[in-house]
Parts: sequence; C-alpha cells; structure tokens
Amino acid sequence: MKLTLRVWRQDGPDAPGRFETYEAPDVKEEMSFLEMLDVVNERLIEAGREPITFDSDCREGICGTCGVMIDGKAHGPWKGTATCQLHMRAFRDGDVITIEPWRAAAFPVIKDLMVDRSALDAIIEAGGYISVNTGAAPEANEIPVPKPVADAAMDAAACIGCGACVAACPNSAGQLFTAAKLAHLNLLPQGQAERWRRTENMVETMEEFFGSCTNYGECQEACPKEIPIDFIAQMNRDYLRAKVKHRRLAGQVFP
Amino acid sequence: MSTVTLDAKIPSGPIEDRWDNHKFSMRLVNPNNKRRFEIIVVGTGLAGASAAASLAQLGYRVKVFTYHDSPRRAHSIAAQGGINAAKNYRNDGDSIYRLFYDTVKGGDYRSRESNVYRLAQVSVNIIDQCVAQGVPFAREYGGLLDNRSFGGAQVSRTFYARGQTGQQLLLGAYQALMQQVSAGTVTLHTKTEMLDVVVKDGVCCGIVVRDLTTGEISSHSAHAVLLCTGGYSNVYYLSTNAMNCNATAAWRAHRKGALFANPCFTQIHPTCIPASDEFQSKLTLMSESLRNDGRIWVPKAIGDTRAPADIPEEERDYYLERKYPAFGNLVPRDVASRNAKTVVDEGRGVGPLRNGVYLDFSDAIARLGVQVVKERYGNLFDMYERITGENPYEVPMRIYPATHYTMGGLWVDYNLMTTVPGLYALGEANFSDHGANRLGASALMQGLADGYFVIPYTVGDYLAGLLGQPTVPTDDPVFTQAEQALRDEIRRWMSVGGTRSVDHYHRELGKLVWDYCGMARDRVGLEKALSEIPALREEFERDVRVLGTPEGVNQSLEKVMRVADFFELAELMARDALMREESCGGHFRVEHQTEDGEARRDDERFSFVAAWEWQGRDTPQRLHREPLVFEYVEPTQRSYK
Repeated sequence: MKLTLRVWRQDGPDAPGRFETYEAPDVKEEMSFLEMLDVVNERLIEAGREPITFDSDCREGICGTCGVMIDGKAHGPWKGTATCQLHMRAFRDGDVITIEPWRAAAFPVIKDLMVDRSALDAIIEAGGYISVNTGAAPEANEIPVPKPVADAAMDAAACIGCGACVAACPNSAGQLFTAAKLAHLNLLPQGQAERWRRTENMVETMEEFFGSCTNYGECQEACPKEIPIDFIAQMNRDYLRAKVKHRRLAGQVFP
Repeated sequence: MSTVTLDAKIPSGPIEDRWDNHKFSMRLVNPNNKRRFEIIVVGTGLAGASAAASLAQLGYRVKVFTYHDSPRRAHSIAAQGGINAAKNYRNDGDSIYRLFYDTVKGGDYRSRESNVYRLAQVSVNIIDQCVAQGVPFAREYGGLLDNRSFGGAQVSRTFYARGQTGQQLLLGAYQALMQQVSAGTVTLHTKTEMLDVVVKDGVCCGIVVRDLTTGEISSHSAHAVLLCTGGYSNVYYLSTNAMNCNATAAWRAHRKGALFANPCFTQIHPTCIPASDEFQSKLTLMSESLRNDGRIWVPKAIGDTRAPADIPEEERDYYLERKYPAFGNLVPRDVASRNAKTVVDEGRGVGPLRNGVYLDFSDAIARLGVQVVKERYGNLFDMYERITGENPYEVPMRIYPATHYTMGGLWVDYNLMTTVPGLYALGEANFSDHGANRLGASALMQGLADGYFVIPYTVGDYLAGLLGQPTVPTDDPVFTQAEQALRDEIRRWMSVGGTRSVDHYHRELGKLVWDYCGMARDRVGLEKALSEIPALREEFERDVRVLGTPEGVNQSLEKVMRVADFFELAELMARDALMREESCGGHFRVEHQTEDGEARRDDERFSFVAAWEWQGRDTPQRLHREPLVFEYVEPTQRSYK
C-alpha cells in the first residue's frame, strides 16, 4: 500500500518544530509500524536527507522505549498495543498518517519524535522501591502472599513506563503511572513498612512535574498494558490515609 | 608482545566449600574506607543494576552509565520464561548439586565447574532477595511461591511472574538502584554510551563516554570498572535482542587487552516467529513452553504450497517425533533448531517465504479443549496473532529458530575480573557459566548472581590492595589521548560520505554470519566468511553514509560505531568456530557428527576455553587455552533418542 506521512520534525529541544510530509510507497501489511518508519528512513538517507529520530528498543512491547502519537492517539489505533507491536494491517492504502511525539510539558522534545521522560524516573526515585539491602532478605516463603494479592500486584507491576498515559491525558497527568507503581508495592506485605511515606513522597513528586487528574480515563484507554484506573482510586485513598497516619507514626517517634 | 597468562584463580578444596572458603580468604575493605573507592558500572540490566545497587549499599561511590533513557529499559526486561533456583520447594529431588550438574551437562562440558557450582549455590539467595524487593512472583492459593518445570528439566525449579519474569526482576533491581540514586550513593548517567576503556600501566582506570543527547565526549575515572553490557546476538542483525543491543563496550575492552572467550558459542532459540520480509528489524521469541503441547511438522513433499488444512495427515512429516521418539517435540533447543533448518533447507519450509515450520495445536485443542489451551498459552497466541494476523487456534503457527543468547563473552576469572586488572565483566557479557549452551531460565539467574552475590565480595578483595591510591585524574594523557582517538574516529565516520545506510551494511553482515556461522558451520563456509567479512567491511568503511552532525542526537552515528565493532567480532567468531573442530552445544560443525546427525564432542582435543587476545587491527587474534577439568561431572555424550 501507499501512504502519506505527516511527521513532526524538530532539530533540538529549543528549535522550533514543523510537520514534514513523506510518501511511503510499497508498505507491506506485515510490517510493523516502526519497520515502516525504518524503510522511510533508509530512503531519506539514500536521498541525502537526515532520517527521522525516534526511540525504540525491544520491539516486542515490554521495554517501554517507543511511543508516538499516531493520528492523535498514543501508540496508535490498536488497544493494548505499544507502537512497536502495531502492524501496518491497521491502515489502508492511501491513508494519511500524522505522527507526533508524546505531547506533555513534563516530556520535553529532544529531537523529532524523541522525548525526555526522566520525570518518570524521578517519581520512582522518590519512593518507588522497598528498602532491602542485598543479603538482608528473609527466606522467600517465610511470608505467604495470598494469590489474589500477588495477582493484583502483578497487574499493576505490568506497567512498562512508556508514558502513553501522560501523553493521552488532556491534563498531562502522571496518575496512572504513579498509581500503578504504588499499587504494586503497597498491596504486598513486603511493602507495608514504607507504605505511607512512599505514597506521600511519590504523589508529591508527581505533582511537581505533571498536571492534575480529572478522571477523563484517557490514560486507561491508551495504556499498552491496559492498566485500569481503579489503581488511581486506591492511590488517592492511600494518599489521604497517609496524610493522617504518617503524621501519627511520626508523632510516636518524635514525641 | 603478549604477556597474558590465564589464571582462573579457582579456589581449592571440595567444590561445595570453595566459595565459602574464598569469601573468607578475600581481603575486606573497612566500612569507612569504602567511600574512598569509586566504581563505574556500565549497563543497567540485571547484572548492572543489581551490582550497582549492592555496591552502593556497601558504601562505595558508584557511577552508572546506560545508553537507555532510563535504567529500566535494558533488554533483560524481555525475558519471559523464568528464573531457576535450587529451592527444592516441590520436594521433587532438586538440590544445589543437581542444578550444578544439570548446568554443566546442559553446557555440554565447556564451562568451569567451580563457577557453575557457585551459581547454583547463590540461586536460592536470589529468590529471597527478589521476593523481599516486591517482585510479584506467581503464587499458589496457600500464598507460597509457585514453580514450573522449564526447558525439559526433570524438576520444577523455575520461578516466574506470568510471562514477564525478566521485566519484574529488572524492575526490582532498577528500584533498588533508584533508591541508591536517591540516597546520593549512585550517580546515574542515562543516554550515555561507553566507547572506550582506559588503561594506565596495565590497570583499568576509567572509561570514555559519549553523551547521546549532546554528543559531548567525556572521561570518567574509577578504581574499578564493571562491564555489564550484555551479549552480541545482534551481530546476526536479525535476532531476538533489542535494536540497541551491541558488543561495543565488550569489544573495545577486548581491544584494550581483555581476552574474548568462546565467541562461536551462540544459542539459537527454536520457537521464534519467522521473518516476513526484507525489512524485518528483529525477531520475536515465543516461550518454549509452546512445544509442550504443539506438534511440529512440515509437508513430506518438497515445494508443497497447499494450505496446512489441505495437507492430509499421511502427507505430513512430524520430523521430531519421527527422529526422536523418546523426546519428540521436546528435544533440546539446539536439536530442535538444527532439524528445522534441515527441513527448510530441503525446500519443505512453510509460509509465504517458505522459511518456517508448523507448530500445530489442533491435536491439543481436540484433547484439552480450547479453554485449557487458552489458559496455558492465551497471551502467546494473542502475541502471535498481533504480529502475523493469523489465528493460531485455527491455523498452525509458523516458527523458525533465531539467535537470542551468546554464551561467549569476555574471559573472566573466578572473581569475574577480565585479563585487565580492575576491569570486570558480569552477566551475559562474560563467558563463564553456560559453557557451549545455556539452559532455559538460567540467564536471569546468572545476571543476578553476578551482581547481587559475587561482585560485592570479589571487588573488595581487589580494592583492598588499592587503599590510599587516588584515581587517575581525567586530564591525564591516557584519558585525553583516548578522547582524541574517539573524536578522530567520529570525524572519520562523519566524513565517509558514501551511499548506503548503516542498516544496509548491518543487514548484509548479518546474512553472512547467519549463513556461515549460524546453526550449522563447516570449514568451507567459515573460510568463506573469513574472506567475505573483511571484503564487506572494506566496502562498509568506504561507502557508508552517516548524515547529520556529531553534536546532538545522531542515531546513525551511534549505529555506525556499533556495526564497525560487529564486523571485527564476526571475524573472530568465524575464526573461533573454524578452530573448534568439534560439535558441542550451540556450536555444530557439520564435519563432526555421528551417523545419526548428532553433535560429536571431542573432549580429548577441545576440552578448553578458547580465549583470544587482540593483536591489532590487521593481525588475527592470538589463541590462549584455559584447560577445563571435570572433577565432579563426568563428561558423557548427550542422547535424546
């Protein structure tokens, strides 16, 4: 099939951006979306023009490196699918496809379709872990974890950190990403000791970078791992409780 | 010029005491002195992230470098199946000794017994550590950890987190790392690629890196450098590795004096989705567990292009069941892969490009019902359908082998130190534990063993001898010269002004390596490889086109240096494969097989590690041999009949 691409090109973080139009003839159905861009890039190189910069790595939907807006949708038209898993079967001959980088103030453009998502790491750094030094762990089966709890923690832990939730949100909120990590750790018995402190720190760090959640639910629709917004409700409840409980705990330590 | 002597530093005594005795005999660094030492960790996969977090917890000052935008993205994340540990939670006869035995045997007697024993010993601690970090392993209704048997193992020792075990283990290590970043004990450099190892007076003193966002080149010094930079499957261009996986860090260490061991030991995974066209960028692996219920077949007739449903039962060749009645479709990875190649080479391949074999679930669906098959393999079937557009509940899957792991790597001693003092290699980047073939669910185990439980001890022994010594300042001539050499290299690539893209040459190189040094190798092909690879390299250096500037993001420039290193590595792989006149594990020399077409090992002549020493660009590497001694596991020939 023959496609027309409108691609966002931007030379650097401070340079003005623009759309450029490219023809993509001979696109095969079985190509992945990123392979289609690879082919466009090879043609550009052979024509002496700079290829389109975009991020990708595993190309099997697990590393979270890739991600672009395709016709205004984060990761494109297929549900529960990262950009690298989207295949050209999703399009028809003659289609015009608009490709843009993630759109969010917290994700500044580095070049073309590549953005800086380090704000997500900052949220993890604020508390997205269980403190346990290497060697200090008890025997693995010492603390039983009910299967439904482990399963729910795994549902949340499936997040690949791609940032589609932020890109899809009209407010560029980081709630789904943060809530998923909090649910993963806060559900497990191992995560209880730091639960309230973790919740406060991560939520407050999130708010430094990202917009506010107004329950549009776009994040859930865009998520390649289909992580549900129920976790956001859990996070909000934990945050409220943390504000009360954490203070009480601190009161015991510092009378 | 060579003064290298290979000393594996294997401790003496009974094998079960060696690691404990060694830990006791190693020197310690006093807690207050640890902060005087700087350690560089390159790579943030399982090995790198776990090492960096553990060393920072001990009090060392750690600098971490990754070319990813976040440490969480390393390719360890893509491992599906699970992680082995000798917990014996199933009461089914597993033990440290059995895991050790299986790993040595599975590696076809080309690994070091002492290293493998230690790996099996610390495997149990890894599970404890990961559970405490919050890794959501699969559980039973009683709340205890679930296990499964994997890759033909006779015991259930594999721990897993759905089909995303690598992801969850990596997130655990990444989170431990980020905690140390938050504590200020780790300095994290993302989007920064290591492009040289710096050696002064024979000792590793730091690295040179390029900032992938700005193009800036800088030097970083340390008392020790840990390369945790993964394997080199992408030398084949098409592999199950991520797009950015490369050999550059290990290769540049090799050029600075680190010996490269067993480069021809590469593993081919039998159940991947076949390439669909010329522009295929990578191959997707599907869990080996599919072979538990799927039946593998091709048409009996050459060039049979009928749809699978139109081929009657008696015209199908279930070749694995026919040739290996005892193991059938569950023969080991290398045997399954080679047989697929044989039937495809015969012209009996299936699919539009005739480059696959069928993996058929119709019998399993008839026996178990769609629901059970869906419960077992639903996510894999969905993945297959998303990629191919075919529904495997109705049409047989098409599969073909692809490269996905490299057992070879930088030579290291028992302490994981390379032949350059102060330079270590961990995880897939080293060669030490898997011999000629890796068992399923053992890659995650080794990466974490090295990072959490080996390097924190062994690096201390080395650093204790350096107390009071400052690091080499980065304005020392060794650093400024290395930076200059890198700037010159970059300028050279930018000014070639050729006609074809880097990917074009990478693809061409990959075809040569796959054809001559892939699933089956022979003298004629390897000799061809040794003449065709340098010829292609010469063309690449003359004709490649790298556009843009050295400043700012330039993905073609990143790739061109990696591909240049792959060219050199490919040549060494062919030379190693040519030298090794035997078949073992993933290395199958057509000339060395039994009458039944099985691999024939030659323990008399080849029971050694081949460690190659760089001799300069225009001289072939020099071979050093580390003899392998088997005191516990008696070498036997494998048979799956």
